[in-house]
Order: sequence, then C-alpha cells, then structure tokens
Amino acid sequence: MSAVMITRKVRKWEKLPGKNTFCCDGRVMMARQKGVFYLTLFLIVGTCALFFAFECPYLAVHLSPAIPVFAAVLFLFVMAMLLRTSFSDPGVLPRALPDEATFIEMEIEAANGNVPPGQRAPPRIRNVQINNQIVKLKYCYTCKIFRPPRASHCSICDNCVDRFDHHCPWVGNCVGKRNYRYFYLFTLSLSLLTIYIFTFDIVHVAMRSVVSGFLNTLKETPGTYPFYICFILLVCFFTLWSVVGLTGFHTYLISLNQTTNEDIKGSWSGKNRVQNPYSHKNIIKNCCEHPVLCLQKTTAPLIPNEHTPDEAKASAVSAAEKSHSPKEEQPPTAKLPPLASPETDAETSIAKDKPH
Amino acid sequence: MWFHNLQELRHSASLANKVFIQRDYSEGTTCKFQTKFPSELETRIERSLFEDTVKTLNNYYAEAEKIGGQSYLEGCLACATAYLIFLCMETRYEKVLKKIAKYIQEQNEKIYAPRGLLITDPIERGMRVIEISIYEDRGSSGSSSSSSSVSGSTTR
Repeated sequence: MSAVMITRKVRKWEKLPGKNTFCCDGRVMMARQKGVFYLTLFLIVGTCALFFAFECPYLAVHLSPAIPVFAAVLFLFVMAMLLRTSFSDPGVLPRALPDEATFIEMEIEAANGNVPPGQRAPPRIRNVQINNQIVKLKYCYTCKIFRPPRASHCSICDNCVDRFDHHCPWVGNCVGKRNYRYFYLFTLSLSLLTIYIFTFDIVHVAMRSVVSGFLNTLKETPGTYPFYICFILLVCFFTLWSVVGLTGFHTYLISLNQTTNEDIKGSWSGKNRVQNPYSHKNIIKNCCEHPVLCLQKTTAPLIPNEHTPDEAKASAVSAAEKSHSPKEEQPPTAKLPPLASPETDAETSIAKDKPH
Repeated sequence: MWFHNLQELRHSASLANKVFIQRDYSEGTTCKFQTKFPSELETRIERSLFEDTVKTLNNYYAEAEKIGGQSYLEGCLACATAYLIFLCMETRYEKVLKKIAKYIQEQNEKIYAPRGLLITDPIERGMRVIEISIYEDRGSSGSSSSSSSVSGSTTR
C-alpha cells in the first residue's frame, strides 16, 4: 500500500469533460461563449436604468409612486430568473465510466452479432417501450451512453442534456430539465416587463404632449431625453415581438408536453404519424402535470463543488469507523464521476480517507 | 477471511465485475428501475433481497416525483420568492434524495457488503443505472458465497 498523498482535494467540476466554464468554485456553470449573454444583460439593465432615471420621476409624481415600485420588483424577478437559467446546470448527464462504457459495448456487440468485414455496423439503437409505444434510444459516441428518452447531445457544450430543449445563446447556457422552469419564467416575466415599460414610455410621452404639445415636449426636455426615450421604445418594440413570441411558443410547447428540439425535428408530427408518448392528450393535464414546471429539481445535478466520488464512496464505506459520516456534510444531490479510472479506487481512497 | 468493516472490503477485495440495472421506461420518463434479477448476482445474493431493494428505491423515486398539493404549494411559494427561498429551505425532492442515500448506505452495510457487493447511488450515474460492484476476495480464487464471508459489522 503506497501512501499517495493528495495535497488538494479535486472538485468534481474540475474533472468534468465538456465545454463548460465554471465560476465561484463550481457554483456557476455556463457555456463557453458568453458574448450574447452579456448583450442580454446590457439590454435589460440598460433599458431599465434609463427607464428609472428618466421616466419614473415624472410618472411617480404625476401618476403614482407604485409604478416605479412595481417596475423594480418585476426587474428584480427578471434578473433573478435570467441568472438562475444562465448559471445553473441544465441537466447534464454524466458520461459513462470506462466500466459502464465497456459493458454497453459488449451488449451492443452481442446484439449486433458478427458483422461481415467491409459492411457497416448497424446503427446503435435501443428500443424501449414507453406508454405502449416504441421509442428508439440513440447511442451517444461522445458520452458513451444510450441517451435516455428526450435527452440530446449539445454540440456547443459537448454534453448530453436530459430533456434537452435548446441551447440558448441569449442566456449563455443550454435549456434542459433542470433550468427549463427558470427559462420559461424568464421569458414570461421579461415579456411583462417589456410591455410594462413600453406602455409607460408611451404614457409618459403622451402626458407631456398633452400638457405642452408633442413638438414642445421634444424641445423642452433636456437635450438627451428624446434620445433615451427613443432608445427605450426601440428596444422594447423589438423585444416585444421576439420575447412575447417566444413565450407564446413555449406556452404552446408546454400544452403539448414537447421540447423545442422535438418540435424542430418533427419527432411527433407529420409524416411519421407517431404520437407523442409523453403527452396526456389533454391541454389542462399537460400544463398541470408538466414534469418540469411542477416538480422541483428532478434530475441529478452536478453540484460541482462536491469532491470526487472516490472520496464519497470511501467515506460511505468507512462510515463505520468514523463517529460522523462525512457524507452528511455533502449535499446528497449531484454526484459526477470523474474521468479517472476506477482502478485507482483503492489507493486514492486510502489517501483521501481523512475527515475533512 | 473475516472483514471487520466495509473499508477492509475495499483493501482486501478486488473488483471483479459490475452489473448495471437499467431504467424501466414502460410508464414514461419517471424514474424507475428494472427489477429483473441479473444472472451475475445469482450466486451472490437472494433474488428476494435484490428485488426488495430495487422496489423500495422505485417507491422512493415515485414519492419524490409525486405531483400533488404539497408540490404545487412549494412551487408557488418558490416562484413568488423568485426561488430565493431555496437558499434556506430544501426541496421535497432533495429531502427524498437524502433518504435514498441513507437507505442505500444502510443496505450496503447490512446486506450487500457482507456478500461482497456494493451498490452505487444512481444519482452518481445521472439516474441512468444502478451500478452494483461485485468484489472478489483477493486471496481466494473461487467465488462461492461461503468463501468470501465478509462481515458488515462496524467497529467504531
């Protein structure tokens, strides 16, 4: 037994394959390209800042002070949902460890039989029956797993994501099972915020025009006022069409219990005449029992700042001889296996087997 | 050869094989595992014990994913607080996951480790499989259940 001294505990997220970036010791997980996300932040914060600075004083005095208060609440909600969507794990499926990958390979070879040389091997597909319908599960060559139903591989993040909806550059992350709820609330609240600001922008201009005429309004207000008002109106106008449309589209998808990915690929429509096995065939039921909107955190998260599972296993195994179990200090959710091969289990577990 | 605790199992036994219990999708995408008894475990553990473990796990997952009054209330409250409430509160699902982790640890200590087996919590594999590791006693060559008599008793 060699004493392998590990001086630093390696966090799970450090060993995660895939093209994600992590911050705050693994608490924040995003895609690599974040440029468009910064643009989203700038547009939302910028427009709201202008609204609060230039329109709210007038509206608060002449209409009601509740207007800026409600706008502030809505703005904070939008920001919270945006950050939640962008920073959280969308439902990344851990890649298969070498043992499992080998096991699956053996299963595939057994199923396919002997392929004559020169002939292409048949596609790796596993058929499962879901609600009396055959669904084909595809094999992911990168993650070396058969993807669960509704999972898909995101090429931008290089991960398989459970209940993959789409990769959204505006939030800088994939939208999947774990953050679809926040994404939907983000689009919904942003629609409301946009409509709200747009409405009161027009009200503001209208009120000033009534008092002193439209052209005089543009003249009397300090030089840059018209510029800012126009900027707000422009941003709101374009946001209105895109974001409200997007919210409507996702509401439609929720009523049918479909993902964007399935809709784009036409999995449950058109030529195949194959029906969606996940839908309840009843819109109300689909909305009320939506598996992602109604349930909290229904898939294994990474909880990236946990230690590698060798430690977790070793501590579970040696829980007997310690007075407290180190496992209790770790959040029970989210274990991601590292790429390190499991043969080193014994040695590393000895070295890492220290209470922390 | 007697092992006084689970740690000795890891020191003195070597990993022989792994069995992967697959998901059962017949009722949809809710988390459920197949209760089919794998042939590799036939000499290691009684079928009824294995089936009990898997059925209990399935029940736990069904409980976690149940949609009802409580989950709606939790959802509405969370939404109203912009999900900040989960900074101080645990979701019902997380509570059940904790119960599951404890159950698996208990099963490992009492039933599986004495038979040279170890269950990995499915959450470590993204809820895709239940991984059961089969250990062989390093000294012996046979794998009959009587040779690797591993005691799950704990020394504190």
